[in-house]
Amino acid sequence: MALAHRLLPSPIDVAGQMWTLATSGRLLPDLGKTLFRAGVAFVLAMAIGTAIGIAMGRLRWLDSLLSGWLVVGLNLPAIVVAIVLYIWLGLTDLALILAVTLNKIPLVATTIREGVRSFAAEFDELGAVFRLSRLRRLRLIFVPQLMPFVLAAARTGLSLIWKIVLVFEVLGSDGGIGYRIAIMFQFFNIAGILAYTASFILVVLAFEYGILRPLERRVGRWRPVRP
Amino acid sequence: MATGPALNIAIADKRFAAQGPAVLAQLHLTIAPGSTVALVGPSGVGKSTLLRLLAGIDTQYSGTITIDGTPAAAAPPPGFVFQDPRLLPWLSAIDNICAVNPATSREAALEALALVGLADVGDLYPHQLSGGMQRRVALARALAVNARLLLLDEPFVSLDRALVSEMQQVFAQLIAAARPTVIFVSHLAEDAARLADRAVLLDGRPARILADLTLPVPRADRDAATVANYRQQIDAAFETVG
Repeated sequence: MALAHRLLPSPIDVAGQMWTLATSGRLLPDLGKTLFRAGVAFVLAMAIGTAIGIAMGRLRWLDSLLSGWLVVGLNLPAIVVAIVLYIWLGLTDLALILAVTLNKIPLVATTIREGVRSFAAEFDELGAVFRLSRLRRLRLIFVPQLMPFVLAAARTGLSLIWKIVLVFEVLGSDGGIGYRIAIMFQFFNIAGILAYTASFILVVLAFEYGILRPLERRVGRWRPVRP
Repeated sequence: MATGPALNIAIADKRFAAQGPAVLAQLHLTIAPGSTVALVGPSGVGKSTLLRLLAGIDTQYSGTITIDGTPAAAAPPPGFVFQDPRLLPWLSAIDNICAVNPATSREAALEALALVGLADVGDLYPHQLSGGMQRRVALARALAVNARLLLLDEPFVSLDRALVSEMQQVFAQLIAAARPTVIFVSHLAEDAARLADRAVLLDGRPARILADLTLPVPRADRDAATVANYRQQIDAAFETVG
């Protein structure tokens, strides 16, 4: 009974543990560290992946040149990238963030490339007929067509980042949710593991409902409402 | 009353690929200010291509096209109406009009909408408008860009007869009020017979001018017999080569 209780703590136990870890433990600094790594990797991967995706969608020769590498990037095991970078750069934040960024870039680039390929040529002609400036075409024609794909890339990319940041922290880092969970694993501290996981999930949900969904609603407010 | 510009068209050769067949060759037309000219011909003859040359978006041809003496590509953008409404779905009707001309204020856009009978739909998105209303917004957009020169590419295609009649009525009222120079493309003799005061019939490959018909009865005075007569003239011209 005691064993079962230790391996399957009640939600109240987990909540209590969360409170203890947050007020007197290392939960908040660890959460901050993980969010910082995930945030930097996310911004870098979105910026670089979007730029590559747009270029590949627009320039056929570049698409031919890079599409093979994109397939490699999409299928390369994330752990391999992390291990290689840890060996080259040491167990540093730079190596971890770089590993996460490199793992996410192909996914973003692929989504954005497909988005750019699906752009309506008719709207390009509209811009040409009415002699719209480059900036106006970018703002009124290009960006609105791209935004749904950017949001899709952000959502899928973010889910990937949340997962691999933790794995890479387990593999080697000096703090963060993954690092702490790895230590708790060694002590079979299930309540602690669940407390850390639940805290992390709360942050993910806050990001989803506080930022991503309102942004999606704003970007897609012109779309017909489905019955 | 201000009228539209004069156009001078002298196309020596237009082809899409250097080694490909010519689409247009030795095509010469002078279009008087304030006239409404229908370019009529079968699908694929090069009517829309000619319209794009007039709009200045395709400059890959030998020859010259001037609008009031200015080369088409350097002239102010025309009020262009595509075969489809081509409204940006993420912008409201009013924003669609303002989008294509930074100089257009919301008030001016509303006025353009009022001209086509849509003063109260400015804040609606294209998907909230019927097909006919979308076409009218596209016409309002063209008017807001350049009400002196209107180029319309099959503006009545794929509309049901009721909508065609509604659009033609709006169109005729606009022409009567502002006297712009209008060039519209159609493959239907009926459209030309109802709306144009000149019909240029195109046929062949490369396209040549088969006939250049003047339709002198004012639009407002055309009854069914006049329209039928004009249509017959156009059809007869095509039949002589068919």
